[in-house]
Amino acid sequence: MKKILFIEDESALHKTIGEVLTQQGYEMISALDGEIGLRLAQTKKPDLILLDLILPKIDGFEVLKQLKEDEKTKDILVIVLTNLEGMQDVERAIKMGASTYLVKSNYNLEEVVEKIKNAFDK
Amino acid sequence: MNLKNILEQLNLPAQCKKYNLSLWQCPQFLFLIMGIIIIVSILFVYAIGTKYIEDPYLVALVVIGIALVLLILAFIITQSFEKLAEANRMKSEFVSIVSHQLRSPLSNLKWTIDLLLSEKVELEEKKELEYLKILEENAQRMGDLISDLLIVSRIEQGRFSPRNESIFLKDLIDKVIEEANIFSKAVNAEISFKSEENLPKIFFDPSQIKMVITNLLDNAVRYIKDKGKIEIKLAKKGKNLYFEIKDNGVGIPPHDQKYIFQKFFRSQNVLKRQTNGSGLGLYIAKSIIEKADGRIGFKSQEGIGSTFWFTLPIKQLKK
Repeated sequence: MKKILFIEDESALHKTIGEVLTQQGYEMISALDGEIGLRLAQTKKPDLILLDLILPKIDGFEVLKQLKEDEKTKDILVIVLTNLEGMQDVERAIKMGASTYLVKSNYNLEEVVEKIKNAFDK
Repeated sequence: MNLKNILEQLNLPAQCKKYNLSLWQCPQFLFLIMGIIIIVSILFVYAIGTKYIEDPYLVALVVIGIALVLLILAFIITQSFEKLAEANRMKSEFVSIVSHQLRSPLSNLKWTIDLLLSEKVELEEKKELEYLKILEENAQRMGDLISDLLIVSRIEQGRFSPRNESIFLKDLIDKVIEEANIFSKAVNAEISFKSEENLPKIFFDPSQIKMVITNLLDNAVRYIKDKGKIEIKLAKKGKNLYFEIKDNGVGIPPHDQKYIFQKFFRSQNVLKRQTNGSGLGLYIAKSIIEKADGRIGFKSQEGIGSTFWFTLPIKQLKK
């Protein structure tokens, strides 16, 4: 079973996205802030990380940086899922090693889930 | 352009009011004044130059003096343009921040509805209720933000008038604490309230003062660390009632302290802890207290906590 770590401070999204992905056979791990997210990335070794950028304690860019610096976590796929849509944010995240950048308000739930599933095939 | 339009354009006080500028900060008005001064001064210099003054140096001196006055006026006008540009910049920033703030609850609503309507996802009845709760919470969040925005807009247009009545501030504080109880228990914060006995009634708008106290208490609870302790005090100090709320929360970093009452400002520190919140609460609180002839302030130490206070003058009921 593929493991997905979801780092996001909106608990509502953990419930909605989590529900759909669990039903589709993925194991979901939830982190409500950047600090917990980083720790779980190291201990649980997920196959994919869904990362919000505006996060309590450690923001998403910093999380991404630390993930990519750490030998243990640098190969984990990272999808950024956020409401920041400035071009410079997108470029920065991709440059730092995110594989996909999704703006929340551009997709409905089904499309987002589809994008996440597709990321595994890349 | 018809006649009515032209007349409207010429009604300078109305034009300036539209931009929320006083007459002496308003470019249209200042240009008119400058025009008149230029015409009058040229005629004046011409008159005295031809009739009274023989010495050309003196005429030059007068001309330089008048040019100086015009220069100062022109400087004031440019500044007023800067004010307008600044107001414009704030408006765009405002729109961008507001849309951002509305977006998070909106995505929550959208995706929860997607889930509830989806035919592919099976949901137990108990879970459905949970999702309806999410909808309720997020609709509430959007509603709260919008009512804050409306209050700010009313404050800025000077339409946020108080409806004063005679009140006991202590009763109002008791009520606010009671309403905050569910929320504060959820984060394990302990609220205590000490008031001096026999404080006089004051004459203010209870709903506005309540908004201030609610905002301050809400901040104290929201930015709490583990084992939160919030102490509220009410006392008489000279001709004022003095309210104080002390917390042992995250505190405000020194470099952010001077901006704390500004619209939309949120401390970096706070952003890290919790990403909700409109950044309007303290701005609204300050506007209300100052309109009521009171004062508001705080002291804070990062990592140790903050103390916010305000005073309200003890006024007698006027009839």
